[in-house]
Parts: sequence; C-alpha cells; structure tokens
Amino acid sequence: MKNALGAVDTVLLLGGRSEIGLEIVKLLVGLGASRVVLAARGDLAPPALSAEFHVLPFDALDVNGHGAVFDKAVELVGDLDVVISGFGVLGSQADYDADPAAAARDVAVNYGAHVSVGLHAARVLREQGHGTLVMLSSVAGARVRKSNFVYGSAKAGLDGFAQGLGDALHGSGARVLIVRPGFVIGRMTKGLTPAPLSSTPRQVASATVRALREGASSVWVPRALGPIFAVMRLLPRALWRRMPR
Amino acid sequence: MTTFLTGWGRTAPTPATLARPRSVEHLSELVAAAAGGRGVVARGLGRSYGDAAQNAGGLVLDCTGLDTWTQDEASGLVTASGGVSLHDLMTALVPRGWFVPVSPGTRHVTVGGAIAADVHGKNHHRDSSFGAHVRSLTLVTADGTVRTLHPGDPLFRATVGGMGLTGVIAEATFACVPVETALMRVDVQRTADLDETLATMEATDDRYRYTVAWIDLLAQGSRMGRSVLTRGDHLPRDDGKESPAFAPGASLRAPAWVPGGLLNRVSVRAFNEVWYRKAPRRKTIVQGIAPFFHPLDFVEGWNRVYGPRGFVQYQFVVPFGAEDTLRDIVGSLSAHGTVSFLTVLKRFGPGSGGLLSFPMPGWTLALDIPVGQRGLDGLLRGFDRRVADVGGRVYLAKDSRLRADMMAAMYPELERWRRIKDEADPAGLFRSDLARRLRL
Repeated sequence: MKNALGAVDTVLLLGGRSEIGLEIVKLLVGLGASRVVLAARGDLAPPALSAEFHVLPFDALDVNGHGAVFDKAVELVGDLDVVISGFGVLGSQADYDADPAAAARDVAVNYGAHVSVGLHAARVLREQGHGTLVMLSSVAGARVRKSNFVYGSAKAGLDGFAQGLGDALHGSGARVLIVRPGFVIGRMTKGLTPAPLSSTPRQVASATVRALREGASSVWVPRALGPIFAVMRLLPRALWRRMPR
Repeated sequence: MTTFLTGWGRTAPTPATLARPRSVEHLSELVAAAAGGRGVVARGLGRSYGDAAQNAGGLVLDCTGLDTWTQDEASGLVTASGGVSLHDLMTALVPRGWFVPVSPGTRHVTVGGAIAADVHGKNHHRDSSFGAHVRSLTLVTADGTVRTLHPGDPLFRATVGGMGLTGVIAEATFACVPVETALMRVDVQRTADLDETLATMEATDDRYRYTVAWIDLLAQGSRMGRSVLTRGDHLPRDDGKESPAFAPGASLRAPAWVPGGLLNRVSVRAFNEVWYRKAPRRKTIVQGIAPFFHPLDFVEGWNRVYGPRGFVQYQFVVPFGAEDTLRDIVGSLSAHGTVSFLTVLKRFGPGSGGLLSFPMPGWTLALDIPVGQRGLDGLLRGFDRRVADVGGRVYLAKDSRLRADMMAAMYPELERWRRIKDEADPAGLFRSDLARRLRL
C-alpha cells in the first residue's frame, strides 16, 4: 500500500527492459518500494537493488497471455501500487513505408498491447480500490508529424486511450498517470540527433515519480513541453507540415 | 455504499463498502458473508490517524450503531458494546462518580477501538493501557461466531492492540475508576531544556496519577526540549469543590476548508513561544476533566487545520536507558526545523500484555507533522531505524508510513501474534490498509 507520504511498496513493470521503466523502478525502490515484478521477454537479470525482484515472461503481442501476467504478479507481491506500461518500439518512417506489415506490428505493440495491458491493469486496480497505472505516452502523439506518423499515431491512440481510462477509473481509487516525454536520449533513439528540449530516462523517471507523489494525472517532460504543445496543436496544418523533423 | 475513507490525519484515502451493523447478530452475518472478498475491518469514530480503519476495495463495518452499555454499581465494572464512545461513557459515568480507566487525548474513540489500539493516556506510568483493565470481551471471529475471551486467552492477547485484525470486538467488560468530582488538581511547571524535562518527570511522575509534557520542538540550542509539564489528579470532594455536571461540548469548529501551509515554521514558532511563555513557571490550578484530558476536542474537526494534504502523527517509544536516542531525535527534529504543532512526551509504565500493544516501559514522544515538508519520509525512516535499534517501536494506531521490514524488530511478539491470528482467521478475512502496508 502507498503510505501517507506517497511512498509505494509494490511495482509491476511491463517491459522489464525499458530504460525509463527501470529508472522509475530504481527511484521507487530508493523511496521505499520493496517488491518489484519485471515482466519481459526472455531472461532478464534484475538490477542490483535492495528490493525483492521477480521476473515474469511477458510478450506484448501475446495479448491472450496478459491476464495471466497480472494474476501471477498479484500472487507474487499482493496488491499492485504502481503498474508501469513501459514497453515500446521505435522504427524509422522510411522502414515502415517499405514494410507496412512491420508498421502494423509495431503499432500493435505501441498501441494495441497497451490497450490490453491497460484494461487488465484497470480490472486489478479497480478491484483493489487503489494503485496507479503509468502509461508512457510521448509528445509524438500530442500532434503527429509527417516524419514519424506511424509511431506518432500509435502514441496518439495510446494517449487518448490513457485519458479515457483515467476518466473511467475516476472515483474507483485507481488512477492513470500519463507521461509525455519529448525526445529521450537513450537506447531507443540511438543514432538520432536529439531534438530541442530532449531529456534522459533518468529525468523522465524523476518527473514521473514526482507526479506519482503529487497524484497528478499527466506530466510533460520537460515541463515546458506542455505549454509548447498547447500552441503546437493550434498551428495551421500548412505550417505544421513545414516544421523541421 | 462505497465511500472514500481516511484516518484522522486525512492522508491516503481509499474506497470501501461501508456497512453499519445494527446488532451483534447482524454483525456476525455481515462478517460471515464477506468471505472470499477483499476482507473486512471494523471502524469506530475514525480517530486512528493512519490507515488502520480503511480497507481499500473491501468491507468496513461502522460499529458506532452498537452503542449500549451497563454498569454494575457495586464494582463499577462497565459492560459496553464495541461502538460505545468514551465521550458517552464519561458523560454518564462522571456524575455517578466513575471515570474510564484510561483516556487518550480525545474522548471521541470507541471502546472497540480503545482495545484494538490498546490506547494509553496520561496515567500510563501508573495504570498501564486500556487493555490492562479489560476483564473480558466478546469477539466476532472470521466464521461469524461470537467468542468470549479472558485475559489469559492467547486470542485475547492478540486482540488487545491487535488493530482489529483478529475479529470485531462486539462487547467488553472493564473496570472503571472512582472519582469524587469532575475536576482535576493540576500542577503546571515550565522546564528550561530537555534534560530538565526528563529529570523532573523521572523524579516526580510517581506522585501524580496523570502526567504529560508539551515540548517546544522548534526551540534550539540551550533551550532545546524546553517543556511545559502538566501533572494532575482527580480532585477529591473534601477540597471543598462541588462536582459540576460533566457536559463538555465542542465550542469551536474548524472551517470546512483550510489552505495548506497554515501551520508553518513561522506560525508554529510563534504559537510555541506564546504557549511556553504563557505557562506559569510553577503553579497549581483546578481544571475540568475536558480541558485537562481532551484540550483538542474543544475544536471540532481540528484535523482540518493541517490543510488539504493532511498530517502524519509520529509516535514512538524507547526503553528507559535509551535517553540518548530520544535526545538525538529531538535534536534532529529541532535542527531540521520540523514543524510539529503538538509535541508530547510521556513516561510509560508496564505494558498490558497485548502482543502488538505499543506501550512498554520507557519514554514516548508524539509529533503531529503536516504533510509536505521536504525530506520528511527519509527523516522519519531514519528515526524508525534508531528507535528499533534500541528496542523501541512506533505506535500502529497513529502510523501511516512505517515500512513492513521494521515490524519484526519493533514488535518481537509479531510471529506469535501471526500464529494466533492465522489460527483464528485462516483465510485472512480481517484486513486493513495498515495490514497490507505492514504485511501483518
């Protein structure tokens, strides 16, 4: 259970290799979380932290297996205080143009699988009467750009889903926290030139943990992206099309 | 009916289905019917500071409808339903010449809650805690049966201080204290620093039934730990005072909404300065029962003064001989500038035998701290370790932030308690947010 000062005890990370997800886990363990479940494909060595770690097999595209992952996680650690839906893939738009099937597959990971995970999390958290689902959205979904519209459209879908789910859970004790980072310098974006206002996985994790404590429903990382994208959304399309990147 | 519940500190609300048993039979039915769900916990008047009477996603039984009681006039023994409030008992008993054996800082707690938390009062050094005065109790256990327990029974010892996790206390019989008036003769004394506070309490506690020290936690340097001691006894009738009726009521009501940050370093420092200076250096006064025992009950809903984020109460006990730990903690709080509106120090006497009871012989310090102060969680976690290292513990009825891994060190009878609880409640039906957080 979350304590009076906002420290949580149990965490489930779906996408146990996610850099941002693991940074969030590290910070939460530092703040008192004592039991963590990492759900990931293949073998995974838990980080060397002073907490009880469990590893569960998880395949984002095996949506029929998602329910069992949640049931097993609850069996291992009890009530889930924080669930992080942290998996995702980023392909290049050029590759997607050449291979529409790959595009559809990645959209299934970046959107469809989060829908499945989100609904399972909602079931568990609603029944518990407490707990927060952290969904990793992106500014890419705030307004989709031509340079990565496959990825962006999936994130736009995920963001809309997360908002709706948050509203649906209102009054149940369970919550959704939507995290909207800008360009994150990390494994996923290796080889790409960082955009302005980029951040690191650590910075995204810090902002997420702060937002968790404050009970916020969404957080932009860095914070300045919030007002910037409020304006970006209003730009005429003719102008938006001509924006760099 | 689903309702969001919090403790008195107003932190970490969670939803639960609230049911209000009308009788012991109804209570048994509700408990038996709850099997297989998210568990059950009883709730009284909601004065536990933390999450002891919350049960996220489960059932919470509001027992305040179980409110009948009788007294045997010869022995003074009271037999009361779990939901009877100490306020109601005092209102009726004091004019008859009786007082409850132990009263915490508020009258608005139920008999069931007083036993489940094994509450203590200003007379702990002489009279131990509430559970020590209970002669028998009836407990509705997980299968819905009503069991009568006596002090020698293991389940009795697991229930006194057991935070409602062994069953629902339906009724209890306990001894009361004869009094001749509704007044207190109170010695008030100021001390210059913590050492003088400790020495004075140690030297004079046994002369008074009730003692307590209010500490100015923001005083630093040579004034660190300066206090106002109040020590009292029930006023005998032959002092020439008549016994007025005991009819205290809340005279002020805290506003429905108070902005956060009202209690800050500046306002609390100013209050402490005035409170300390207003106290006489040494004086004997006559006070009513209510202002002596329950000064905060004067302001209805005083917990709202801490603002929308609420507050945590941190109360710990360290055994005699660990005064250095107490000094270190007071020093750290003072140096950190921790805002605690009320800081109270007491000497505890022998415990009641409850396996998870908080009081043990030693010094106990209680602090009310508004949520939102930087570094508070880490500071208090550091104190938890220091308290546990010297064989002390944190009070579960007030706790809302302790970590499960501290429990075994603080409560050495925990495993024994777990065995008794598991035997009485094999499916773990009695559960609360506190129980989940501390893995009880």
